[in-house]
Amino acid sequence: MIQFENVSKVYQDGTLALDDVTLSIEQGEFVSIIGHSGAGKTTLTKLLLAEEKPTDGSVYFESIDVHRLSNTEVTKYRRRIGTVFQDFKLLANKNAYENIAFAMEASGKSDEEIQNDVPHVLELVDLTTKIFNFPHQMSGGEKQRLAIARAIINQPEVIIADEPTGNLDPVNAYEVVQILKKINDLGTTVILTTHNKEVIDSIGRRVITFEKGKIINDQKVGSYPITNKK
Amino acid sequence: MRNTLGFKRIIRGGILNFRRNGTVSLASVLVMTITLSVIAFIVLFQALLQSSLADLKNRVDISVYMTTDTPEEKVLSLKQSLEQLPEVGSVEYVSRDKALEDFRIRHANDYVTLQALSELNGNPLGAILNVRAKDSGQYESIARFLESENDAMAQYTGSVERINYSQNKDIIDRLNVIIDGGKKLGFAVTLILALVSVLITYNTIRLAIYTSREEIGVMRLVGAENKYIRGPFIVEGLLSGVIGTFITILAFIPLTIWAGSNLSDFLGVNLFSYYISNIFQIFFIILIAGAIISAISSVWAVRKYLTK
Repeated sequence: MIQFENVSKVYQDGTLALDDVTLSIEQGEFVSIIGHSGAGKTTLTKLLLAEEKPTDGSVYFESIDVHRLSNTEVTKYRRRIGTVFQDFKLLANKNAYENIAFAMEASGKSDEEIQNDVPHVLELVDLTTKIFNFPHQMSGGEKQRLAIARAIINQPEVIIADEPTGNLDPVNAYEVVQILKKINDLGTTVILTTHNKEVIDSIGRRVITFEKGKIINDQKVGSYPITNKK
Repeated sequence: MRNTLGFKRIIRGGILNFRRNGTVSLASVLVMTITLSVIAFIVLFQALLQSSLADLKNRVDISVYMTTDTPEEKVLSLKQSLEQLPEVGSVEYVSRDKALEDFRIRHANDYVTLQALSELNGNPLGAILNVRAKDSGQYESIARFLESENDAMAQYTGSVERINYSQNKDIIDRLNVIIDGGKKLGFAVTLILALVSVLITYNTIRLAIYTSREEIGVMRLVGAENKYIRGPFIVEGLLSGVIGTFITILAFIPLTIWAGSNLSDFLGVNLFSYYISNIFQIFFIILIAGAIISAISSVWAVRKYLTK
């Protein structure tokens, strides 16, 4: 479903973020990508979202070459991917309901669909009581759950979660991962980047380890690779 | 159907953002008000300039003094042939009796002159034709016609005592320079003020949008189309333009009342009555200017964050 073919990325300041990476992710997989800060995890997700262009190589989503899309096509393409970030990236002057409604409006959903689906998804992430709260009136865990609700509202084929637990305490982190697993169980591909050992160990699915822009380990059922270190 | 839905959402989003961005919106409205006040001021200034220049022009004329023994028909026929000149705007006929009366009024306090006048037998003054050109630059050619000895003027030889053009020539020339300069200066002032205020507005709107740059990034990430991101910002800009227009129009009422009661003699125009009688035109000029400035500023300011 997702294919990275010999992808390299060198930023303008000369930093080598990805070094000849080839990687394939199948539909319905739950893939965890781990590595130290600066290992290239975030660059990988940015390339997949067409936020950055690769210096070399190609990224395919099904048969689409992601970096050959026009501006309008990128917009439509991004609606097929849900995103969750460490810093939540919520719209600060919209409340919980409107944050999710915005994503639906952007993809052209009708008012009825929005009125039906938003309360439903907020219930799914247990935010029914916070429906009219603004992001600054919510805790970190609540914000992240809201971000997940927004990510899944348009039923995307893939969810990219870039360090979603980075700003959360263990209990909230656990909850977020459980929600992501639930989403995956319903058939959505999930790509999770993290450096949280407990998170990885609790998932028990495929783990890809990055170091200095290269894949150094790809396990079908992985755990945090402390034991793998030589 | 989808377009009207999007349009409705853009309008709603813009109004909501405008309300929630409290201070930033207030700042935009204030700057917009200042810009539009400058434009309103320019409109009034131009009107003032036009009317005083027109007034100045109207005071210039060429007087043709006829000899006392010229019969009235002859004066009137000269008037007619003058009126047929393309350069001539109007010709005013002052009869001998009227000229005498004017002279008496003008010298009402000059006892000696009046005394001398009454000792003369009959009226010593000839009839006068006051000639006004369509354009103040054309007096020269009118004077040339009057002084020439062509067929048209030949019959009046001996009837025309003098023409005061050469006496007035200096003043007329200088006035032409002033009028020309006044127009150019007015245009330059207008242009500079308008440019400066547009730049200030653009910068304010740019700052307002700069505070939303991260939101714009998030909207793009969620898959919102550029026009759907841009729309609410334009609506916000337009709102500050429209509110600014109303504040400006209201603020100019007390201002022109003051100018009307204190400066009318000095300016030669009552600004308040001018303002009130033209208030709808001024309103639309400002409204359209405000709408254009704010909309274009918004589009330009957002553009930067949409082209990635």
